[in-house]
Amino acid sequence: MNILRFITAGSVDDGKSTLIGRLLYDSKSILADQLEQLEKSSAKKNDNGEIDLALLTDGLRAEREQGITIDVAYRYFSTPARKFIIADAPGHVQYTRNMITGASNAELIIILIDARQGVVEQTRRHSIIASLLKIPHVVVAINKMDLVDFSQDVFNNIIIDYSKVATQLGLNDVKFFPISALQGDNIVDRSEHMAWYDGPSLLQFLEEVPVENDTNLKDQRFQVQYVIRPQTDDLHDYRGYAGKVQSGIFKKGDRITVLPAGISTTVTAIEIGGKEVKEAFAPQSVVFQLKDDVDISRGDAFVNAAEAPELKSELDVILCWLDDKPLQTGNKYYLQHNARTIRTIVRTLEHKIDVNTLQPLEITSPVTLNEIVKAKLKTAAPVVYDSYDLLPANGSAILVDETSNSTVAAVLFR
Amino acid sequence: MSAYQLNYLEELEAESIFIMREVAAQFEKPALLFSGGKDSITLVHLARKAFAPAKIPFPLVHIDTGHNFPEALEFRDQMAKEVGATLIVRSVEDTIRVRKLTEPKGKFASRNWLQTYTLLDTIEEFSFDACIGGARRDEEKARAKERIFSVRDEFGQWNPKLQRPELWNIFNGRIHKGENVRVFPISNWTELDVWNYIREEKVGLPSIYFSHERELIEHDGQLIAASDFIRLDPEDVVIKEKVRYRTVGDMTCTAAVRSGANSIDEVINEIKATRISERGETRIDDKVTEAAMEDRKKNGYF
Repeated sequence: MNILRFITAGSVDDGKSTLIGRLLYDSKSILADQLEQLEKSSAKKNDNGEIDLALLTDGLRAEREQGITIDVAYRYFSTPARKFIIADAPGHVQYTRNMITGASNAELIIILIDARQGVVEQTRRHSIIASLLKIPHVVVAINKMDLVDFSQDVFNNIIIDYSKVATQLGLNDVKFFPISALQGDNIVDRSEHMAWYDGPSLLQFLEEVPVENDTNLKDQRFQVQYVIRPQTDDLHDYRGYAGKVQSGIFKKGDRITVLPAGISTTVTAIEIGGKEVKEAFAPQSVVFQLKDDVDISRGDAFVNAAEAPELKSELDVILCWLDDKPLQTGNKYYLQHNARTIRTIVRTLEHKIDVNTLQPLEITSPVTLNEIVKAKLKTAAPVVYDSYDLLPANGSAILVDETSNSTVAAVLFR
Repeated sequence: MSAYQLNYLEELEAESIFIMREVAAQFEKPALLFSGGKDSITLVHLARKAFAPAKIPFPLVHIDTGHNFPEALEFRDQMAKEVGATLIVRSVEDTIRVRKLTEPKGKFASRNWLQTYTLLDTIEEFSFDACIGGARRDEEKARAKERIFSVRDEFGQWNPKLQRPELWNIFNGRIHKGENVRVFPISNWTELDVWNYIREEKVGLPSIYFSHERELIEHDGQLIAASDFIRLDPEDVVIKEKVRYRTVGDMTCTAAVRSGANSIDEVINEIKATRISERGETRIDDKVTEAAMEDRKKNGYF
């Protein structure tokens, strides 16, 4: 049994919360007392006597009152096949920031389309984020099929429309599902109303979609998080470099290069939870011991010299701006690249990227919340990185405002 | 299936250990909030694995309400000793006396709310800049929205609308003086994940998690231990039942469940079969309003 992390995206009223509620409800992840609470809240909101599954996912008081989702919420459910972690991201325009946050850890995205509306601006926007963040698997759930008489033509026409978007954005693994979240059609069980559909139910697909190939096991990347030095009598000279294998497989005896210093040495031991192992792979949290007494601290990278990452202090990046304060070129920020933090300035802005078309836009106004921009950064020391497109685990970072301490941008290295 | 794939418990463990190490690396004075309950026991176990062969590089802190189960306290002391960690205990009783706080009244007078005072005082006393806690997002609706690194202001308050975006596995722990961060390494675990992990790793637990005979009163369908901390009214009937606890909080606000489960396997089977959530079944303090947890968090609660 493994984990599938996915994000759900849709416009307001596409039935996203209802879909999540349905998955939780039909997989029996909602328990009696939660149901009782739900019935009470539903009765307060509507008087038709039906359970409003959407209310299950509204966590905060303002959300329940206004009927909107303010922030990313995480939901959990399991079937015998898999554990699922859902990032439930809000649909409205002003909360693109939260969608990027939720999408950053997702292996799969469910994009909801209202069967009556077809592909709309928000669909395109959510797909662009999926493409930008390289989410490996895309599911297009065409919802509210009950309101279009479960029509195969409607379904097929939306597939044709969306396929154009997918091709344009380079989304490869796209699957389509005709569903009714409200009535439960094709969610857990195959629908009785759509005999023409012969694919799996949505849940069956989520249980079976292969994710093992999504982890890069080829390029060795490891970054030191913390140096373990017990300094006890029996472990007087012990030095362990703790961190997470970002990609690839490391074996005892491997020759590695420590970057940015460029020193070569050999892995003499690999430990997990205090026990020695012969090899370690992504995304394990491990401790390495090295042959040579090298000066190594937090943020240093261990790589294989033959497939080395980039090492530069002038960086081409895509920035997704996440802060209320606009981007200030020439201002200093902290670039936090996993465990390594380096001061940086945003040197030049090339152009904005239209989140509805992916087309370049000339910069005529400051870069503000929810905007995406191509930029050049200059860092105080060289960064050890890969292109996000090739190796996302080592190709992403954040910018932190050094005066407010806020996380102001998602950084994708190009 | 490739040999280079983690199962769900290994993946959760790897993620939690990564978070523990981020805390040790990013903060000057972190602490781990340890109550002797299963979630914080899991945290201590994870911390031990994260920093082996060295000792856990931060103290364990318990905010003792004075209403705890003696079995949990005994276990707390024993585990702290076993892992060689410093244990700091601060008591709500002292806070009430020093700060002249008003004790809540009523049948099940809970000091749960008052813990926040002691916690904030303790954070100030030791200048803790990060407190690791065992909250899980599956527990409650407001928790489902909280970040893994949750920045609190000088008053310990959580502001849900001003949370930092948390992207990939990059945790921004940068704070201003006076602020602190609550860190929740097992955010992505469910109740069942915790139990399965405890079984897999053979982690010890206080005896009250397993079936035992206890004197209780039944109130509103919930079984509350007959202790000195609750008010026994003439109409209360003290009964003896075989019970276990699904969560361990204060004796005044944690309900027991009828159970004959003597082993972890039996407990897991019962949890799989139950139709009631963990908090719903065992916490009488969350029933007051739908936003009870949200309100407490905004006031500096864990």
